[in-house]
Amino acid sequence: MPFDSFQDFIIMGGYGLYVWLSFFLSFVVIALVALETAIARKSLRKKSQQLQNRQQRLAKRQRSVSQ
Amino acid sequence: MWRWLHPYAKPEATYRLVEKLLPWFAALTFISLAVGVIWGLAFAPADYQQGDSYRIIFLHVPAAIFSMGAYAGMAIMGGIALIWQIKTAEWSIPAIAPVGAALTVVALLTGAIWGKPMWGTWWVWDARLTSELILLFLYIGVMALYFAFDDARTGAKAAAILSLVGVINLPIIHYSVEWWNTLHQGATITKFERPSIATSMLIPLLICLAGFLFLTISLVMMRLKNEILRHELGRPWAQQELEKN
Repeated sequence: MPFDSFQDFIIMGGYGLYVWLSFFLSFVVIALVALETAIARKSLRKKSQQLQNRQQRLAKRQRSVSQ
Repeated sequence: MWRWLHPYAKPEATYRLVEKLLPWFAALTFISLAVGVIWGLAFAPADYQQGDSYRIIFLHVPAAIFSMGAYAGMAIMGGIALIWQIKTAEWSIPAIAPVGAALTVVALLTGAIWGKPMWGTWWVWDARLTSELILLFLYIGVMALYFAFDDARTGAKAAAILSLVGVINLPIIHYSVEWWNTLHQGATITKFERPSIATSMLIPLLICLAGFLFLTISLVMMRLKNEILRHELGRPWAQQELEKN
Protein backbone atom coordinates (compact mmCIF):
# COMPACT_ATOMS: atom_id res chain seq x y z
CA MET A 1 0.00 0.00 0.00
CA PRO A 2 1.53 3.33 -1.05
CA PHE A 3 -0.02 5.40 1.75
CA ASP A 4 1.11 5.32 5.40
CA SER A 5 -2.04 6.80 6.90
CA PHE A 6 -5.56 7.83 5.99
CA GLN A 7 -4.48 11.45 6.01
CA ASP A 8 -1.76 10.59 3.49
CA PHE A 9 -4.44 9.02 1.35
CA ILE A 10 -6.54 12.20 1.39
CA ILE A 11 -3.57 14.46 0.67
CA MET A 12 -2.48 12.31 -2.32
CA GLY A 13 1.10 13.58 -2.21
CA GLY A 14 -0.12 17.16 -2.59
CA TYR A 15 -2.40 16.37 -5.52
CA GLY A 16 -5.47 15.63 -3.36
CA LEU A 17 -7.51 18.53 -4.71
CA TYR A 18 -7.04 17.45 -8.32
CA VAL A 19 -7.56 13.73 -7.74
CA TRP A 20 -10.66 14.10 -5.55
CA LEU A 21 -12.14 16.88 -7.68
CA SER A 22 -11.86 14.77 -10.82
CA PHE A 23 -13.46 11.74 -9.13
CA PHE A 24 -16.22 13.88 -7.63
CA LEU A 25 -17.07 15.67 -10.90
CA SER A 26 -17.05 12.41 -12.87
CA PHE A 27 -19.45 10.89 -10.38
CA VAL A 28 -21.74 13.94 -10.62
CA VAL A 29 -21.84 13.84 -14.43
CA ILE A 30 -22.62 10.10 -14.57
CA ALA A 31 -25.16 10.39 -11.74
CA LEU A 32 -26.94 13.20 -13.61
CA VAL A 33 -27.41 10.97 -16.65
CA ALA A 34 -28.77 8.13 -14.50
CA LEU A 35 -31.05 10.55 -12.61
CA GLU A 36 -32.41 12.06 -15.82
CA THR A 37 -33.16 8.56 -17.08
CA ALA A 38 -35.05 7.70 -13.88
CA ILE A 39 -37.04 10.94 -14.03
CA ALA A 40 -37.92 10.28 -17.68
CA ARG A 41 -39.25 6.86 -16.70
CA LYS A 42 -41.44 8.44 -14.03
CA SER A 43 -42.88 11.00 -16.44
CA LEU A 44 -43.58 8.20 -18.93
CA ARG A 45 -45.61 6.42 -16.26
CA LYS A 46 -47.64 9.62 -15.72
CA LYS A 47 -48.19 10.06 -19.46
CA SER A 48 -49.31 6.47 -19.83
CA GLN A 49 -51.79 6.94 -16.98
CA GLN A 50 -53.19 10.10 -18.62
CA LEU A 51 -53.50 8.30 -21.94
CA GLN A 52 -55.40 5.42 -20.35
CA ASN A 53 -57.73 7.76 -18.45
CA ARG A 54 -58.47 9.58 -21.68
CA GLN A 55 -59.21 6.35 -23.50
CA GLN A 56 -61.57 5.29 -20.71
CA ARG A 57 -63.37 8.65 -20.78
CA LEU A 58 -63.78 8.42 -24.54
CA ALA A 59 -65.10 4.87 -24.30
CA LYS A 60 -67.62 5.89 -21.63
CA ARG A 61 -68.82 8.83 -23.71
CA GLN A 62 -69.20 6.62 -26.75
CA ARG A 63 -71.29 4.17 -24.77
CA SER A 64 -73.61 6.90 -23.45
CA VAL A 65 -74.03 8.33 -26.96
CA SER A 66 -74.94 4.96 -28.44
CA GLN A 67 -77.52 4.20 -25.75
CA MET B 1 -28.20 -15.52 -37.56
CA TRP B 2 -30.94 -13.51 -39.22
CA ARG B 3 -33.61 -15.77 -37.86
CA TRP B 4 -32.13 -15.17 -34.44
CA LEU B 5 -31.94 -11.41 -34.87
CA HIS B 6 -35.25 -10.74 -36.54
CA PRO B 7 -37.53 -11.03 -33.49
CA TYR B 8 -35.69 -8.06 -31.94
CA ALA B 9 -37.06 -5.78 -34.65
CA LYS B 10 -40.22 -6.07 -32.58
CA PRO B 11 -39.88 -3.42 -29.86
CA GLU B 12 -41.40 -5.52 -27.10
CA ALA B 13 -38.94 -8.37 -27.74
CA THR B 14 -36.00 -5.95 -27.50
CA TYR B 15 -37.48 -4.51 -24.32
CA ARG B 16 -37.77 -7.94 -22.71
CA LEU B 17 -34.20 -8.83 -23.67
CA VAL B 18 -32.81 -5.56 -22.29
CA GLU B 19 -34.88 -5.97 -19.14
CA LYS B 20 -33.41 -9.43 -18.59
CA LEU B 21 -29.80 -8.35 -19.18
CA LEU B 22 -29.80 -5.00 -17.37
CA PRO B 23 -29.54 -6.27 -13.74
CA TRP B 24 -26.49 -8.35 -14.67
CA PHE B 25 -24.73 -5.46 -16.35
CA ALA B 26 -25.64 -3.14 -13.46
CA ALA B 27 -24.18 -5.61 -10.95
CA LEU B 28 -21.02 -6.03 -13.03
CA THR B 29 -20.73 -2.21 -13.22
CA PHE B 30 -20.84 -1.77 -9.44
CA ILE B 31 -18.46 -4.63 -8.72
CA SER B 32 -15.83 -3.76 -11.30
CA LEU B 33 -15.93 -0.01 -10.67
CA ALA B 34 -15.70 -0.48 -6.90
CA VAL B 35 -12.75 -2.87 -7.21
CA GLY B 36 -11.02 -0.86 -9.94
CA VAL B 37 -11.42 2.56 -8.34
CA ILE B 38 -10.44 1.46 -4.83
CA TRP B 39 -7.47 -0.48 -6.20
CA GLY B 40 -6.41 2.45 -8.36
CA LEU B 41 -6.83 5.07 -5.64
CA ALA B 42 -5.50 3.25 -2.61
CA PHE B 43 -3.39 0.25 -3.63
CA ALA B 44 -1.69 0.98 -6.96
CA PRO B 45 1.79 2.45 -6.47
CA ALA B 46 2.43 6.14 -7.05
CA ASP B 47 4.01 7.16 -10.36
CA TYR B 48 7.73 7.97 -10.20
CA GLN B 49 7.23 11.17 -12.23
CA GLN B 50 3.66 12.28 -11.61
CA GLY B 51 3.30 11.12 -8.01
CA ASP B 52 -0.28 10.48 -6.99
CA SER B 53 -1.79 12.84 -9.58
CA TYR B 54 -1.64 10.06 -12.16
CA ARG B 55 -4.50 8.27 -10.32
CA ILE B 56 -6.86 10.37 -12.44
CA ILE B 57 -5.91 7.91 -15.23
CA PHE B 58 -8.32 5.34 -13.74
CA LEU B 59 -11.22 7.56 -14.80
CA HIS B 60 -9.73 9.55 -17.64
CA VAL B 61 -8.62 6.73 -19.92
CA PRO B 62 -11.76 4.53 -19.57
CA ALA B 63 -14.06 7.54 -20.05
CA ALA B 64 -12.12 8.66 -23.13
CA ILE B 65 -12.04 5.18 -24.67
CA PHE B 66 -15.74 4.58 -24.20
CA SER B 67 -16.68 8.10 -25.28
CA MET B 68 -15.33 6.87 -28.62
CA GLY B 69 -16.66 3.33 -28.21
CA ALA B 70 -20.17 4.64 -27.55
CA TYR B 71 -19.90 6.79 -30.66
CA ALA B 72 -18.90 3.77 -32.75
CA GLY B 73 -21.84 1.85 -31.33
CA MET B 74 -24.20 4.71 -32.10
CA ALA B 75 -22.90 4.94 -35.68
CA ILE B 76 -23.39 1.18 -36.16
CA MET B 77 -26.96 1.54 -34.92
CA GLY B 78 -27.38 4.51 -37.28
CA GLY B 79 -26.20 2.34 -40.17
CA ILE B 80 -28.58 -0.48 -39.21
CA ALA B 81 -31.43 2.04 -38.91
CA LEU B 82 -30.72 3.45 -42.36
CA ILE B 83 -30.20 0.13 -44.14
CA TRP B 84 -32.80 -2.14 -42.54
CA GLN B 85 -35.20 0.52 -41.19
CA ILE B 86 -35.32 -1.18 -37.81
CA LYS B 87 -37.09 1.09 -35.35
CA THR B 88 -35.31 -0.15 -32.24
CA ALA B 89 -32.00 0.74 -33.92
CA GLU B 90 -33.33 4.26 -34.53
CA TRP B 91 -34.39 4.57 -30.91
CA SER B 92 -31.02 3.45 -29.66
CA ILE B 93 -29.48 6.64 -31.11
CA PRO B 94 -31.03 8.97 -28.48
CA ALA B 95 -30.32 6.24 -25.90
CA ILE B 96 -26.58 6.20 -26.67
CA ALA B 97 -25.88 9.87 -27.48
CA PRO B 98 -26.39 11.39 -23.98
CA VAL B 99 -24.35 8.59 -22.38
CA GLY B 100 -21.53 9.13 -24.87
CA ALA B 101 -21.72 12.87 -24.35
CA ALA B 102 -21.46 12.38 -20.58
CA LEU B 103 -18.39 10.15 -21.03
CA THR B 104 -16.85 12.79 -23.28
CA VAL B 105 -17.51 15.45 -20.63
CA VAL B 106 -15.91 13.19 -18.00
CA ALA B 107 -12.86 12.65 -20.24
CA LEU B 108 -12.52 16.39 -20.89
CA LEU B 109 -13.05 17.37 -17.23
CA THR B 110 -10.66 14.80 -15.78
CA GLY B 111 -8.18 15.68 -18.52
CA ALA B 112 -8.34 19.37 -17.63
CA ILE B 113 -7.98 18.65 -13.92
CA TRP B 114 -5.02 16.37 -14.64
CA GLY B 115 -3.53 18.91 -17.03
CA LYS B 116 -3.43 21.73 -14.47
CA PRO B 117 -0.82 20.17 -12.14
CA MET B 118 1.09 18.30 -14.88
CA TRP B 119 1.10 20.72 -17.82
CA GLY B 120 0.45 23.93 -15.90
CA THR B 121 -2.75 24.61 -17.82
CA TRP B 122 -6.36 23.45 -17.79
CA TRP B 123 -6.70 23.57 -21.54
CA VAL B 124 -4.65 23.88 -24.71
CA TRP B 125 -5.93 23.79 -28.29
CA ASP B 126 -3.90 20.70 -28.96
CA ALA B 127 -5.07 18.16 -31.54
CA ARG B 128 -6.16 15.49 -29.02
CA LEU B 129 -8.11 17.88 -26.82
CA THR B 130 -9.71 19.72 -29.72
CA SER B 131 -10.79 16.54 -31.55
CA GLU B 132 -12.29 15.17 -28.32
CA LEU B 133 -14.18 18.45 -27.91
CA ILE B 134 -15.49 18.03 -31.46
CA LEU B 135 -16.73 14.58 -30.41
CA LEU B 136 -18.83 16.29 -27.72
CA PHE B 137 -20.26 18.68 -30.32
CA LEU B 138 -21.03 15.72 -32.61
CA TYR B 139 -22.99 14.04 -29.81
CA ILE B 140 -24.89 17.27 -29.15
CA GLY B 141 -25.53 17.64 -32.90
CA VAL B 142 -26.88 14.09 -33.17
CA MET B 143 -29.24 14.66 -30.24
CA ALA B 144 -30.38 18.03 -31.59
CA LEU B 145 -31.02 16.61 -35.08
CA TYR B 146 -32.91 13.63 -33.70
CA PHE B 147 -35.44 15.86 -31.97
CA ALA B 148 -35.45 18.68 -34.56
CA PHE B 149 -38.16 17.23 -36.82
CA ASP B 150 -41.90 16.94 -36.30
CA ASP B 151 -41.72 13.52 -37.90
CA ALA B 152 -39.70 11.32 -35.55
CA ARG B 153 -38.50 8.96 -38.29
CA THR B 154 -37.12 11.81 -40.40
CA GLY B 155 -35.24 13.04 -37.35
CA ALA B 156 -33.90 9.56 -36.67
CA LYS B 157 -32.66 9.30 -40.25
CA ALA B 158 -30.95 12.69 -40.13
CA ALA B 159 -29.31 11.82 -36.80
CA ALA B 160 -28.21 8.44 -38.18
CA ILE B 161 -26.55 10.11 -41.18
CA LEU B 162 -24.75 12.63 -38.97
CA SER B 163 -23.58 9.85 -36.65
CA LEU B 164 -22.12 7.98 -39.64
CA VAL B 165 -20.41 11.08 -41.03
CA GLY B 166 -18.94 11.81 -37.59
CA VAL B 167 -17.15 8.45 -37.50
CA ILE B 168 -14.31 10.18 -39.34
CA ASN B 169 -13.53 11.93 -36.04
CA LEU B 170 -12.72 8.65 -34.26
CA PRO B 171 -9.45 7.84 -36.09
CA ILE B 172 -8.59 11.53 -35.92
CA ILE B 173 -8.89 11.44 -32.12
CA HIS B 174 -6.97 8.17 -31.86
CA TYR B 175 -4.08 9.15 -34.16
CA SER B 176 -4.01 12.84 -33.21
CA VAL B 177 -1.14 12.17 -30.80
CA GLU B 178 0.90 10.63 -33.63
CA TRP B 179 -0.04 12.88 -36.54
CA TRP B 180 0.48 16.12 -34.71
CA ASN B 181 2.90 17.34 -32.12
CA THR B 182 0.59 17.36 -29.12
CA LEU B 183 1.02 18.25 -25.49
CA HIS B 184 -1.11 15.17 -24.79
CA GLN B 185 0.96 12.02 -24.41
CA GLY B 186 0.81 9.07 -26.81
CA ALA B 187 -1.18 5.87 -26.43
CA THR B 188 -0.48 3.77 -23.34
CA ILE B 189 -2.54 0.62 -23.91
CA THR B 190 -4.47 1.04 -27.19
CA LYS B 191 -1.56 0.09 -29.44
CA PHE B 192 -0.07 -3.06 -30.84
CA GLU B 193 3.11 -3.07 -28.75
CA ARG B 194 3.31 -3.96 -25.10
CA PRO B 195 1.44 -1.46 -22.91
CA SER B 196 3.83 1.19 -21.60
CA ILE B 197 2.55 1.01 -18.05
CA ALA B 198 3.65 -1.09 -15.07
CA THR B 199 1.55 -4.21 -14.46
CA SER B 200 0.69 -3.01 -10.93
CA MET B 201 -1.04 -0.01 -12.53
CA LEU B 202 -2.29 -1.82 -15.62
CA ILE B 203 -4.45 -4.35 -13.76
CA PRO B 204 -6.60 -1.79 -11.90
CA LEU B 205 -6.79 0.24 -15.12
CA LEU B 206 -8.11 -2.77 -17.02
CA ILE B 207 -10.68 -3.40 -14.27
CA CYS B 208 -11.77 0.25 -14.51
CA LEU B 209 -12.00 -0.14 -18.30
CA ALA B 210 -14.32 -3.12 -17.83
CA GLY B 211 -16.29 -1.09 -15.27
CA PHE B 212 -16.80 1.78 -17.71
CA LEU B 213 -17.79 -0.65 -20.46
CA PHE B 214 -20.47 -2.17 -18.22
CA LEU B 215 -21.49 1.31 -17.03
CA THR B 216 -21.93 2.50 -20.61
CA ILE B 217 -23.98 -0.56 -21.53
CA SER B 218 -26.14 -0.28 -18.39
CA LEU B 219 -26.92 3.40 -18.92
CA VAL B 220 -27.69 2.85 -22.60
CA MET B 221 -29.99 -0.06 -21.70
CA MET B 222 -31.85 2.08 -19.13
CA ARG B 223 -32.35 4.81 -21.71
CA LEU B 224 -33.30 2.39 -24.47
CA LYS B 225 -36.03 0.95 -22.23
CA ASN B 226 -37.44 4.48 -21.83
CA GLU B 227 -37.16 5.17 -25.52
CA ILE B 228 -39.04 1.97 -26.44
CA LEU B 229 -41.80 2.72 -23.92
CA ARG B 230 -42.06 6.30 -25.17
CA HIS B 231 -42.83 5.08 -28.68
CA GLU B 232 -45.08 2.23 -27.58
CA LEU B 233 -47.05 4.23 -25.02
CA GLY B 234 -50.40 3.49 -26.66
CA ARG B 235 -49.92 -0.28 -26.56
CA PRO B 236 -51.23 -2.46 -23.75
CA TRP B 237 -47.90 -4.16 -23.01
CA ALA B 238 -46.20 -0.79 -22.49
CA GLN B 239 -49.00 0.42 -20.24
CA GLN B 240 -48.82 -2.76 -18.18
CA GLU B 241 -45.06 -2.40 -17.98
CA LEU B 242 -45.31 1.16 -16.66
CA GLU B 243 -47.94 0.23 -14.08
CA LYS B 244 -45.79 -2.60 -12.73
CA ASN B 245 -43.51 -0.43 -10.60
